[in-house]
Amino acid sequence: MGSSATGGAASPKVELRKLHMRYFSLEGETEALRDISFSVAPGEFVAIIGQSGCGKSTLLSLISGILKPTAGAVLVDGKPVSGPNRNVGYMLQQDYLFEWRTILDNTVLGAEIQGADINKARVRAKELLTRYGLGQFLHHLPRQLSGGMRQRVALARTLCTEPDVVLLDEPFSALDSQTRLALADEVTEILRREGKTAILVTHDIGEAISMSERVIVLSRRPGQIKSDHAIRFASSGGRLTPFQARNAPEFNGYFNTLWQELEVHVEG
Amino acid sequence: MSRVEWMAPAPHGSLQYRQWLAHERRARLTVRTAQLAILVVFLVLWEVLPKAQIVNPLFTSYPSALWPTFLELLKETPRQASILTHTWFTVFATIIGFSAAMALGIAIAAALWWWNDLYKVLDPYLVVANAMPKTAFVPIFYIWLGATLSIYGMSLAISLFITILVIYNGFQSIDPNKIKLAQTFGATKRQILVKVVLPGSVPTLIAALKVNAGLSLVGVVVGEFQSANLGLGYLIQYGSQIFKLNIVMTAITILALVSSLMYLAISWIEAAVMRRR
Repeated sequence: MGSSATGGAASPKVELRKLHMRYFSLEGETEALRDISFSVAPGEFVAIIGQSGCGKSTLLSLISGILKPTAGAVLVDGKPVSGPNRNVGYMLQQDYLFEWRTILDNTVLGAEIQGADINKARVRAKELLTRYGLGQFLHHLPRQLSGGMRQRVALARTLCTEPDVVLLDEPFSALDSQTRLALADEVTEILRREGKTAILVTHDIGEAISMSERVIVLSRRPGQIKSDHAIRFASSGGRLTPFQARNAPEFNGYFNTLWQELEVHVEG
Repeated sequence: MSRVEWMAPAPHGSLQYRQWLAHERRARLTVRTAQLAILVVFLVLWEVLPKAQIVNPLFTSYPSALWPTFLELLKETPRQASILTHTWFTVFATIIGFSAAMALGIAIAAALWWWNDLYKVLDPYLVVANAMPKTAFVPIFYIWLGATLSIYGMSLAISLFITILVIYNGFQSIDPNKIKLAQTFGATKRQILVKVVLPGSVPTLIAALKVNAGLSLVGVVVGEFQSANLGLGYLIQYGSQIFKLNIVMTAITILALVSSLMYLAISWIEAAVMRRR
């Protein structure tokens, strides 16, 4: 992918400008994010890591447009975001499949809500599900599928509306560790092949390094950008799958650097 | 899941598995037998105790006396409608009552979900309205609504508030992340209601139906005590006034059958709906 990964000076796909976010409650106000600015180039895969409660998920909700920032702006394709945007897909921590809909009907949910051509969406959904090995489960119900299969359906549901940007909010956190590794490989491969711009939020350092080309570290609350690391596996030449990346010689160096930046303390 | 599957002999499997299946079948049979035994013991005691003059048959009647009474009541005379007409009148009013309670309950619960401030304002009133003994209104409803409408009114009054509360709680307990998911696709509030909240609340709707079908029947019978000249409630009232306990007990037995049939119908609906989940 060369050297384009350091910020996309030409025309960023996603740009965050001096983003601030505060939550209000009767107990007081909480500053979740402070002065966040960065841009993501088209096709880039960025991971954002930080400890729980640092505002990572809030950041994604702001980019997706379902939350509005207290100050600052989010731009997608140079246009300010003022609400949910069809170019942006959002994959949540769990699949949240609707148990009353079949796999196929779950997959076309986005198209249905957006009022898109439902027949086209069905064709595309079938295509995606078949490609992800779920071809014979189109008319099954979610409860008949395993956790990994369900999360693949969730990915198909996200990609069915053909977004350019995919936001991933700890999408594997509900899975067992083997499924997690396997699915990280699959998802990364799918997103790279389709040329999607991806922003992954996770607290798993290994996941961040192995899946992305760039890792942004957020500080504790209020979340601020602490550092921004390009991830390169030069010695292996070319792009590695997440599983291969975990075995690359550079992996441990990155891991130690990020571990120190995160200042993980066991509390209590 | 289905009974047929359950009871079918396993075509293969280890000896232990077949023994386990046989054990499960025996356990099921024991439960059924015990259930049947309770009913039989109850009927036998009801028959024997009055006949042995241990309890006064004038007060309790007894099962074998009910069948002749039933046949008697079946006849249509100029002074007296057939018991089938009475039963239908009660069943019809109950169906009206719980259908109205379901329809209004869903509509009002949806309105409370839509305007959360409205819920905050009305919450204490709903709770109090639900706790009120609605039967206190039977005489007033008779004056306000007349003979027939007061029965529907009582049926609705008894079942409506609990229906609203149950359904609203169901709406509130929809996983907020499912709503968030719909929002990531840009769903409007109406789409969230129609595509997430309502279909996600089907089990709640069935639970509400279970509660309000029974309560609607209570409302109808109580309403009929006061105002009707038809219906099983009227028959109970009439029978007790002329001290014919046979009539009262026959009407009550039919009410028990009606309740059982309603329960079966709702279980059937539930099974049909849940198969899709």
